[in-house]
Amino acid sequence: MALPKYTEPHYRIWHYVYLTICAAVFFFLVAPLFVIFPLSFNAEEFLVFSDGMKRLDPDAFSLRWYQDMIYGTKNPWGLAAKNSFIIAIFATIGSVILGTVAALGLSSRHMPYKGLIMAVLISPMIVPLIISGVAIFFFMAKVGLAATHTGIVLAHIILGTPFVVITVTATLSGFDHSVTRAAASLGSDPVNTFMKITLPLILPGVISGGLFAFVTSFDEVVVVLFLAGLENTTIPIQMWTGLREQLSPTILAVATCLIILSTLILVTAELLRRRSERLRGINR
Amino acid sequence: MSSETKQILTTDGIPLEVSLKKAEKKNKIKAFLLVAPLLLFIIITYVFPIGDMLMRSVDDKMVTEMLPKTFKSMEKWDGQDLPPEEVFEAFYFDFQKLIEEEREGKLSTQLNYTKNGFKSIIKKLRRKSKSFEEGNYKEQIMSVHRRWADVEYWRAIKRRAPAYTYQKYLKGVDMYENEKGEIINVPEDRRVHRILWMRTLEIAFFVTVFCFLMAYPIAHLLATLPMKYSNLLMICVLLPFWTSLLVRTASWMILLQQQGIVNDFFVMIGLVSDDNRLEMMFNKTGSYVAMTQILLPFMVLPLYSVMKTISPSLMRAGKSLGGTPFVAFWKVYFPLTIPGIGAGCLLVFILAIGYYITPALVGGASGTLISNQIAFHMKSTLDWSFASAMGLMLLSGVLVIYWLYNKLVGIDNIKLG
Repeated sequence: MALPKYTEPHYRIWHYVYLTICAAVFFFLVAPLFVIFPLSFNAEEFLVFSDGMKRLDPDAFSLRWYQDMIYGTKNPWGLAAKNSFIIAIFATIGSVILGTVAALGLSSRHMPYKGLIMAVLISPMIVPLIISGVAIFFFMAKVGLAATHTGIVLAHIILGTPFVVITVTATLSGFDHSVTRAAASLGSDPVNTFMKITLPLILPGVISGGLFAFVTSFDEVVVVLFLAGLENTTIPIQMWTGLREQLSPTILAVATCLIILSTLILVTAELLRRRSERLRGINR
Repeated sequence: MSSETKQILTTDGIPLEVSLKKAEKKNKIKAFLLVAPLLLFIIITYVFPIGDMLMRSVDDKMVTEMLPKTFKSMEKWDGQDLPPEEVFEAFYFDFQKLIEEEREGKLSTQLNYTKNGFKSIIKKLRRKSKSFEEGNYKEQIMSVHRRWADVEYWRAIKRRAPAYTYQKYLKGVDMYENEKGEIINVPEDRRVHRILWMRTLEIAFFVTVFCFLMAYPIAHLLATLPMKYSNLLMICVLLPFWTSLLVRTASWMILLQQQGIVNDFFVMIGLVSDDNRLEMMFNKTGSYVAMTQILLPFMVLPLYSVMKTISPSLMRAGKSLGGTPFVAFWKVYFPLTIPGIGAGCLLVFILAIGYYITPALVGGASGTLISNQIAFHMKSTLDWSFASAMGLMLLSGVLVIYWLYNKLVGIDNIKLG
């Protein structure tokens, strides 16, 4: 941001102060994530930068914690990763289907009690997770689904649908309903219209909602802590136990993998968002 | 001229108004059917279970069901002097049944909650009651231990007669009902929950303030920079937003530890001496720092989306009308961002007030919040009804803010990413 030439000196100073503040805040936001990278390659067991690392000595770096993550004895990460992915994938599918269908109904202008129903559907996102955890645990224990994958998937569908509902409703708000009417007038039945016309147009919103649902499930720990048995352990549970007991570099190796995963998801989500904006721009 | 003669008919001969209404109704049902699966799912698996929590939090049927005859016979007892013989007799028979079912231990635990000292005298009664003779149970029970002859203990039993109780809620704010039915505070040195509530509010409030102070400048920068740069900087906001909460908490644990980088830095610039490193983790500082960083994106995003819609020409107009940049900012720009400030602050406050994971890991004893206490009672003491009561108290607070948020911002205006 270049300042105009006529800017008075004290405003000029203020402007640089402002930029410095912004830089500091951005640093505060992002820097903590980057501490994890180098430390996960630490050759030693301690979670501080060793003298060798400060000198950039190649011997001070190693992949041993990554090896430990994959091949380590009594290693929980393999099972946890498998469970996490299975649960997150099914939870995402469930959330996307239920959420998208509901969003279609909610964006209809004929929908009765829209505000109230929306408030109920969004509530799992607003209610503190600990309360959701307790409530869902009581329910799952009652129907005998505690400590099962099914129970955890259902719980994550509850937590994931609000995101799908929000993103898909937002996409549908710019949706031109005359195209579906045109399809109907050309003899298409509603299901066909949805698959051929509506879905391709709202797909970016659906996928980005799905990504939110996936991340929510993949990262969720509070509810899972109540529901999971030993067999259902997930990556967040292992991280949680590890962080509580002893912070080991293996956890940092896992964390690095998670950061890479979230970067990939972020990039996908951003590209989709821009594509969606472009598509809707054309529609208008 | 009656309205019927003016009615417009459709080709089927049905009045247009009726036909339209029918179509409208059909559309309504169609829309509702689309929402129904999710709505039902959420109501069954989520809304009802929260109702179940409410039931659990006031439920006190356990003792009521264990001593049915006793409470029946106690109905006539005024509670002034020792209860009459029938009460003792009824209690004896109830108690014998409990011994058969091996449930007298549960009774003693429950009664001990109401009044201390029940545990030992029930154990003693169990032993002695084997050799009881028929008739005159009052004398026999009273001779087991002098506390059985104390009217206070019988009053304590009577207090457990109702099937519902609000004791757990009183306990949640460090109060209790004494023998005379008065609601009083627990002694000052044993008040734990009020401190926790205050601390939760305090931390949530200050985290919101810190987030606001930090988010406002960068949201402004993001909204005013050219797209090319702002998209890049936006990644800095979104990356933490998408990264696992546990990963971010782990990075703070590394940074804030005594041998950590932050302390190294402080030692390097000479702020603290090497053997006097600051303790920033396992206390309030840890909770503040980590929660502020983790919740910051939730403040930036709503602020950004509001600031983006403010035309830069408004500031120029303000300045051209003679305002200094500060006046133009304060009188023109700032008022326009208030909706974003409201949305961001409420969102961050709601999220902060129910935080559990981060305080549990970096908060230590002095930085934990009410959520941690709920988890503690769910997992360690297994007092689920108390956990439910605390949860609902927290929930009612959150719902008030949620309602406010809905009023001010509108739920459908929540934006993500």
